[in-house]
Amino acid sequence: MKVGIPSEVMTSETRVAATPKTVVRLKKQGFDVFIQKNAGAKALFSDQDYIEAGAEIVADAASLYKTAEIILKVQPLTVEEINFVNPGALVASYLWPAQNTDLLKILAEKKINAVAMDAIPRISRAQKMDVLSSMANIAGYRSVIESANYFGRFLNGQITAAGKVDPAKVLVIGAGVAGLAAIGTANSLGAIVRAFDTRKEVREQIQSMGAQFITVEIDEDGATSSGYSKEMSQAFIDAEMALFRAQAKEVDIIITTAQIPGKAAPKLILKDMVEMMKPGSVIVDLAASSGGNCELTRPGEIYQYRGVTIVGKVDQLPTQASGLYGNNLCHLLDDMGKNANFKIDMNDDIVGRAMVVYDGKINWPPKPVSVSAAPAAKKPTTDIKAEKQPEKKSFAGVFALAGIGIALFLIGRVAPPEFLSHFTVFVLSCFIGWQVVWNVSHSLHTPLMSVTNAISGIIIIGGILQIKSDVSAPITILSLFAVLVATINIAGGFFITHRMLKMFRR
Amino acid sequence: MMTQGLQTVSYIASSILFILSLGGLSNQESAKRGNLFGIVGMGIAILAAALGESTQGHGILIAVMIIASLIGIVVAQKVEMTSMPQLVAILHSFVGLAAVLVGFGSYLDEQTQSLTGAAHSIHLVEVYLGIFIGALTFTGSIVAWGKLQGTIKSNPLMYPGRHFFNMSLIAVSAFFLLRFLSADDAAQGMQYLLIMTGLSSLLGILLVMAIGGADMPVVVSMLNSYSGWAAAAAGFMLSNDLLIVTGALVGSSGAILSYIMCKAMNRSFFSVIFGGMGNAAGKKSEAVAITGEVKSITSDETCDLLKDARKIVIVPGYGMATAKAQHAIFELVKKLQEGGREVTFAIHPVAGRLPGHMNVLLAEANISYDIVHEMDEVNPELPETDVVLVVGANDIVNPSALEDAGSPIYGMPVIEVWKAKHVIVSKRSMAAGYAGIENPLFFKDNTRMLYGDAKKTVDALVQGI
Repeated sequence: MKVGIPSEVMTSETRVAATPKTVVRLKKQGFDVFIQKNAGAKALFSDQDYIEAGAEIVADAASLYKTAEIILKVQPLTVEEINFVNPGALVASYLWPAQNTDLLKILAEKKINAVAMDAIPRISRAQKMDVLSSMANIAGYRSVIESANYFGRFLNGQITAAGKVDPAKVLVIGAGVAGLAAIGTANSLGAIVRAFDTRKEVREQIQSMGAQFITVEIDEDGATSSGYSKEMSQAFIDAEMALFRAQAKEVDIIITTAQIPGKAAPKLILKDMVEMMKPGSVIVDLAASSGGNCELTRPGEIYQYRGVTIVGKVDQLPTQASGLYGNNLCHLLDDMGKNANFKIDMNDDIVGRAMVVYDGKINWPPKPVSVSAAPAAKKPTTDIKAEKQPEKKSFAGVFALAGIGIALFLIGRVAPPEFLSHFTVFVLSCFIGWQVVWNVSHSLHTPLMSVTNAISGIIIIGGILQIKSDVSAPITILSLFAVLVATINIAGGFFITHRMLKMFRR
Repeated sequence: MMTQGLQTVSYIASSILFILSLGGLSNQESAKRGNLFGIVGMGIAILAAALGESTQGHGILIAVMIIASLIGIVVAQKVEMTSMPQLVAILHSFVGLAAVLVGFGSYLDEQTQSLTGAAHSIHLVEVYLGIFIGALTFTGSIVAWGKLQGTIKSNPLMYPGRHFFNMSLIAVSAFFLLRFLSADDAAQGMQYLLIMTGLSSLLGILLVMAIGGADMPVVVSMLNSYSGWAAAAAGFMLSNDLLIVTGALVGSSGAILSYIMCKAMNRSFFSVIFGGMGNAAGKKSEAVAITGEVKSITSDETCDLLKDARKIVIVPGYGMATAKAQHAIFELVKKLQEGGREVTFAIHPVAGRLPGHMNVLLAEANISYDIVHEMDEVNPELPETDVVLVVGANDIVNPSALEDAGSPIYGMPVIEVWKAKHVIVSKRSMAAGYAGIENPLFFKDNTRMLYGDAKKTVDALVQGI
């Protein structure tokens, strides 16, 4: 099948849906790859790179759309672009189906099958195609770099000869993929990082990335089964606002990442909070594209408000981002059967949900899937077991002691003194062995076995003592045979131990 | 010729040397000295016995010993480190055989026949027990050898009522002990002894046949223990303290090793000796269903991951031994270390077919023991580890042991590799491990499967880096 990659028409879009590397992967999957001239220019991939990777360059968009059966794109198709596309073709791109219902209708009319990469369900199997995660990771990283750029101080604390520098305080709101990436980056630059999320289950993740988890004193969990958070109650929001107001006075950098699927981003940083912030502070609003978490955010702009820099756009790192996005697309096509078995299976968990327009019908919104990793309720049986065990053990201990006592008593009653003296030696040796062997290092257990094996060849003494000068006597034959096998054992055991120990080196 | 007094003093000296020998194994530095102590102790003991006043037939004794030493050394020199378990097992059988022979010899001795009263009875019991343990060790070790060598199928032999049958073998042996004690003359006693030897040999075979491949470390150390008890029993019947001391040392050493192994598998000692993981199969249905997908990886991609990693942990298992991949792994480690990466090994106590088996194999491949760590040392460091490379191991890295209360291996301590950033599992196929259970590790998001023979795979990685 023919896969086409057009140039992005939106001027601010610097990514491209395939890189030379992903072209190689697509070719391996058996697809023929066509790419529009200069499609990768903004992401710093030249046409020559694509040709070397095995793609064919097509001069203009119209002829590209005409040949391609599968179209890979970053931004949604524009109405003009849709006119070029063959009916029945498959288009994979961002679509934002909740916001773009009109676009869905046009696509359905033209009988274009559209996969919304942003609607890939967030289940484990689909992680490798989850563009939101892969792009959010970049955005989170970049948000910290961007804020550090506009922030006029060090992020890390230092004690220098010229005086002490306090570390910057960073507040990250929303601990999704982007939030966690931001936490990790800010932490590694040496800032003090705090993070807020309505979902209680992310506390551990936040702490593992090196931030302090801050929360409000109201017991309400924002986690939903879709992996996103839900809207919270009024009481919760009020408490949240009070918390942000207190934080705004203190922190130097705020990075917001809170988004609710299909809705405008919640307004979390209000005008008065921005006014409370110290001059020179920075707000990076990663939700700018869906309206922004800060009241004052201007999507696509960076400007200063009373000394606070508000960043409404973040560089996409196009080279890297294209690579990751391209890989996500490769995984999708891989999952759909590669070239040989390519098929649109609407019963598939992933394709069935992400294919928002199929065969002229709009398939949005899909039914929800559950991904939230709620801890399963503990089985009561295990607790009962744990309680019973010690009791059983102490019983066993008492029985064992009693048994040993009775056995010793009986031996003392009937055994002659000569046996008892041997018995004393035996018991004491067992204890010495017990003490000595516990000290043996685990890594030397094999040599221990071979050396004890050699030593147990001491039974040879028994054989030696029984040999009589009459070689034909049965007892001598038996003893000689015993000496024979015991000696093999001794010589072999010591020698192999020697061989092994010689190998151990520092 | 040595007097009785000198002989006793020599025996004391060898006992002390044997104890020092085991004590020397507490670390690698003193281990070689420990082995030397053992050799010297053994030399003194043999000389003292051979030069004793009552010892006869020196000529033939020397001849036999020279021949046997040559056999022993040649075998020990030729054996490959991967087949060490087999060698150890077969050497145990020799001790068992020697104990049986010494037991019969002791019974035939005129001194025995001339004893009377309680001393006579006790001596007979000692002879009987010594032969019983010896025969059990002998046949059990031979079966263990066969299983390790692969000449006998390694899966456990299960049949209904086998516990009952084994118990009745022991009961019948006990019954013949009573008959033996009240035997009219030496000839009749001999008959009972022979019958018992047969029963005990059968018991040894059946006990080990019922035990499966991965429980072998326990069986081998158990047989090690038995061989010690057999020597101690021989010491009782010959009234020789040196034999008793040595036997007790070896016996308790083997018992401790078995205990450590059992603990590492979270199995009770009895469930191991009485065989197999047979009862595990019934529980299987309760196990939590595994969700997710197995993702494979090529050796090129693995190379890229390893190149980017700073901290790498390698977890070897029995698969490494069967593929003889340890030398290739050494090359890999060398290359990785040259690139400034930190490489360590994590060894699970029951990895392989012998306690400490993996350590010996890695030592054979010249890998420094300083970077070879135990499970408990490595587990806390895994979250900071970039890549874990699992070579031919399965059950010892199975998360079900901690997460799934219905799993047959629930509660067994495992190497928690899934906590690392990436896990690469080198494996021949998706087949289940010895325990016959699915491994959810393979389905984890950060796990990639690298299929193929361990040695070839590692060779490819060495080429790629």
